[in-house]
Amino acid sequence: MAEGAPVPPAGEGPITSRHDPRYEVTLYRYVGVPGSHTLDFYRSHGGYEAARKALTTMTPEQVVDEVKASGLRGRGGAGFPTGVKWSFMPPPDGRPRYLLCNADESEPGSFKDRYILEDDPHQLIEGMIIAAYAMRATYGFIYVRGEYYLGYERLWQAVKEARAAGLLGDDIFGTGMSFDITVHRGAGAYICGEETALMNSLEGLRANPRLKPPFPAAAGLYGRPTTINNVESLASAVHIIARGAAWFSSMGTEDSKGTKLYQVSGPVRRPGVYEMPMGATFRELIYDMAGGPTMEPKAFIPGGSSTPMFPWRDEFLDMPMDYGTLAKNGSMLGTGGVIVIPREKCIVNALYNLVRFYAHESCGKCTPCREGVSHWLPLLYKKLVDGLGTMEDVQLIEDLANNIRGTAFCPLADACVMPVQASFKWFRDEYEHLATHKVPKYPKSDWWQA
Amino acid sequence: MIELETVTPFFADKQELLREILDRYPPEGRRSALMPLLWEVQRAERHVSEARMHEIAEILGITVTEVKGVLSFYSTYHEHPVGRYHLQVCSTLSCALAGSDEMYDYLVEELGIVNGERDREGRFSIQKVECLGSCGTAPVLQVNDTYYERVTRSRCRHLIEALRRDEVPEPWRERGGDNEGPEKAAPFSQGAAGAPAAAGGTAAPARGEGGEG
Repeated sequence: MAEGAPVPPAGEGPITSRHDPRYEVTLYRYVGVPGSHTLDFYRSHGGYEAARKALTTMTPEQVVDEVKASGLRGRGGAGFPTGVKWSFMPPPDGRPRYLLCNADESEPGSFKDRYILEDDPHQLIEGMIIAAYAMRATYGFIYVRGEYYLGYERLWQAVKEARAAGLLGDDIFGTGMSFDITVHRGAGAYICGEETALMNSLEGLRANPRLKPPFPAAAGLYGRPTTINNVESLASAVHIIARGAAWFSSMGTEDSKGTKLYQVSGPVRRPGVYEMPMGATFRELIYDMAGGPTMEPKAFIPGGSSTPMFPWRDEFLDMPMDYGTLAKNGSMLGTGGVIVIPREKCIVNALYNLVRFYAHESCGKCTPCREGVSHWLPLLYKKLVDGLGTMEDVQLIEDLANNIRGTAFCPLADACVMPVQASFKWFRDEYEHLATHKVPKYPKSDWWQA
Repeated sequence: MIELETVTPFFADKQELLREILDRYPPEGRRSALMPLLWEVQRAERHVSEARMHEIAEILGITVTEVKGVLSFYSTYHEHPVGRYHLQVCSTLSCALAGSDEMYDYLVEELGIVNGERDREGRFSIQKVECLGSCGTAPVLQVNDTYYERVTRSRCRHLIEALRRDEVPEPWRERGGDNEGPEKAAPFSQGAAGAPAAAGGTAAPARGEGGEG
């Protein structure tokens, strides 16, 4: 902990701290180990034993129940209980059934899945075999964002190794189960992280989101029963099966179980990915793990750019990073990607950067997003940042954000305007300063190392 | 179009590859091969020309407009050739804090081209892109399909100098966080001399206090 902070007790209650001696790294245990992406390495470290256990000693229903009992919630951002999602799949009726892995990690501030794809692809494949067995899925796809080329190549290599070893294909572990995986490479579109847009993209269409219902379990990829899970969720299933639901749920808080891959970026000493039990605090992540800020901080984004920011105050830094606490405080756990914002960075400039991102990524399907997010917001921000804005423009930005909220077809527009609203809540003075003085309160915006 | 008459089909001598790509998808999902086919063409030709779009449309039994509609939706397909070294500068928040705007300005000055342009020789092109998922090792510069991470000013200069000699330096695989820890950003040495950065990972690394930045 930070200096002077009390050391959390060990041995009693659920594990919520990296300092608890009962805690060990699981999802990231091989990340960074040379050769860890090969089947030889993975199998010689006990790999595919969880899948064997599931397929040979458990029924599909037992696997679903185990995942339900573990309390695992979707790690892609929305936090929907994974086991419950799996149970939505209709009974098999002879039609193809698809399992999709969402590896289109593109939320700014998030970079946790990438290292699993690159360094431990077999962990993901094993998780998919378990999930496919539980849902009786007949075929799997991994949708990898186009930019993760190394991960894409390593996944293909891993799939081919698994096929050659009989871990994918027909009669897996002699159980008669058939399952195979195709790795699909995206091409740079944030919207593909939205599950129905991802399905359209995979079908060879423009990646516009679809109207729900029908939900993917009823009519998903090619109109078939489909379930989509995040990389980290599927990898977590491996350990839930290997060690049991009770082990998984012994970590975390009441509504958030297990470990989570948290990420820190921005000016801190050791930015990167840290696996911690759910319910660890921001302070523990930012100070103990990442070594603390290297510049005076004023705010942090808690879980990827879509999640409303908090000012740098003890009450927020000491919040446990779980689904419920963040929701209660008006934000979201999201992907667990924390971005530290230094005092010297103009908040209006920072938000302009994010608004520009969403403007670029808007798919253009619905009016609030196409006109509001993609056109008017960046225009108004640019006007402000260029020193041409007025107080009326500041008001207009806030009105726009308030009115776009909740009106768009998919969550992308909310993902843009919620951070805008939060910036008004905590840093209105910087907007007003810029509108009245025509220069930002903090003029320097980036810090390139020599 | 006259061009169509004279261009050898891309997949003419790649029937095996074509079959392999089509076989990745179930019969009901033939159209899913569209993105992989676009990738094959682009990786070979650094863009997807009108003629190639016609060819792909024909393979999949869809219209050229549909192919173009998909191609234009995504930011990493190009309708016009990019340079031999296509420099993609991440400009989203974490990279911006770490100097990606300054890096972009440096590249513009150094190469004499701006976002979306290619130089006269066809060696370099620049594209400003959105978050590449390298926030912990910002700023990142993607050259074709390769990430160069923690690109400091001196690393950037060395990288450009190397590419001008058509030497492609080994990227430093850096991770930050648990497995890499702090690392001093050092300039790329000449030629292919990337340090094997993946070493040193353990399951639960002991962490010294403080470290260095």
